[in-house]
Order: sequence, then C-alpha cells, then structure tokens
Amino acid sequence: MIITNVENVPGKSIEEHFGIVQGSTVRAKHVGRDLMASLKNLVGGELKGYTELLNEARQESLARMQEQAEGLGANAVINVRFATSSVAQGASELFAYGTAVRLESE
Amino acid sequence: MKDFFMNNSDLVIFMVLIVVGYVSGAIAEKRHYASIKKREQEMVELPVVTIRNVHSDSDVQESGLVMGSAVISIDYFKRFLAELRNLFGGRVRSYESLVDRARREAILRMKQEAQRKHADLIINFRLETSAIGKSANRKRHIGSVEALAYGTAVSLRNG
Repeated sequence: MIITNVENVPGKSIEEHFGIVQGSTVRAKHVGRDLMASLKNLVGGELKGYTELLNEARQESLARMQEQAEGLGANAVINVRFATSSVAQGASELFAYGTAVRLESE
Repeated sequence: MKDFFMNNSDLVIFMVLIVVGYVSGAIAEKRHYASIKKREQEMVELPVVTIRNVHSDSDVQESGLVMGSAVISIDYFKRFLAELRNLFGGRVRSYESLVDRARREAILRMKQEAQRKHADLIINFRLETSAIGKSANRKRHIGSVEALAYGTAVSLRNG
C-alpha cells in the first residue's frame, strides 16, 4: 500500500476515491519509563523512551488506517495528516487520517 | 557547617539540582548540536521542499510517506531560568534551543528514513510540534517537546 501526504501519488493516476479513512490509538507509558523520563527531566536531553513510544503508536495508527483502506478495496492512501492530543495526564492520542483511493494499474 | 546543611536541606537539594542540571544540560546540548551539524552536512544532498510539484509526473519511479520524530527534554537549570523569565517577559532563549534541537533532530531522522528508501527528494514536507508528558496539560509548564517531521519521499527515474 502506498501512502503519501500529497494530493496524488506522483507518477500514478487515480481511478477511484473512497473517502476518508482514519486510525487512532491512545497510549500511556509505563511507570518505569515515566520514572526514567522524570530523571531525564533534570538533566535534559532526548527522552528515548518517549520517542520510541510515540513512534510505535504512530505506526499503529497508520496500520489501522491502512487496514480500513484495505477493507474498502483501496490500494493507496493520499493526503495523510497526523494529529496528536493529550487526552489525560500521561496519555496521548495519536491520530492519522487520509483519503483512500484506488490507483490505475499500469 | 554541618548544621547549616541540615537546617537548609531544601535549599541544598535545590542548589545541587541546579548545578547538575546546568552541567549535564550544557554538555548534552553541546554534544547534540555537534552531532546535528555533522549529520546535516552529510545529508545536505537530499533536498526537502514544502511544495508539492517539483518534477513532472512521468519522472517519478516511486513515492511513499516518510517521517521522523524526537522528544527532547529541558534540564532543571533552564526550566528555572524560564520560570524567572515568566516574571519579566521577553525572549526565552533556553526554550528556543530546546525546540530547535527537537525539530532538527526530527528532520534528520526523516531524511535517514528517506535515504534508506533511496529517495531523491522529499516533497510536501510538514512539521508539527507538541508538548509531551506530565506537564502537557499545564499551561505554564513545558518540560519536553515532541517534533514530528513528515513528507513524501520521491525517487526519480535515472536519466
């Protein structure tokens, strides 16, 4: 499945539009990571645990979006956008949405 | 002397944290900037643009989403400085370097992913920043910042 954040897939033409597909996940980090993070808050620098966590979560929401697109019979998702919001203390929601399309086969 | 430390343990702990924060924060920042500059030099060949159509469609071989992110935290000393700044207002330098580091690191990671895909350029590049962690819901308290960089990596046909 091809994913892009432009209005088309460069070099390919679009046969059919299926409308919006979306995927989201809410994640909280576990206590150990949180403790490490608050230690890191003293000395500064990259919070690797958080970076990893957010990356995993974002991949998960992308995967859910792709699943939905596949269910519609699409083979590409265009114009993908990301949004992040913190729903509660220590938990954040990662959200990905885009337009599912079917590309013309060459 | 000993009595002084015993009676003012709060103050002593605070001073220790400030010093630890200052020293380790300064070292970490210096090291990070050195590594950022080095990698930026290495990847200067891969152009990143915010526009969408820089090439004709027939030249494109492959395209796909790439992204990179980084969460960077501020140190205790700088947080203290920033809180002082909140009293007087004005430019908060200590946060500027924090956000700058997060963004540049995110861009570098995105470029690395694009390089693994053998892309020639990245189009429609976007940057997003958000506050992360316990302090995310509190207005005046920003502890760590996440920068997310994403775009569409495009590889062109040769010749």
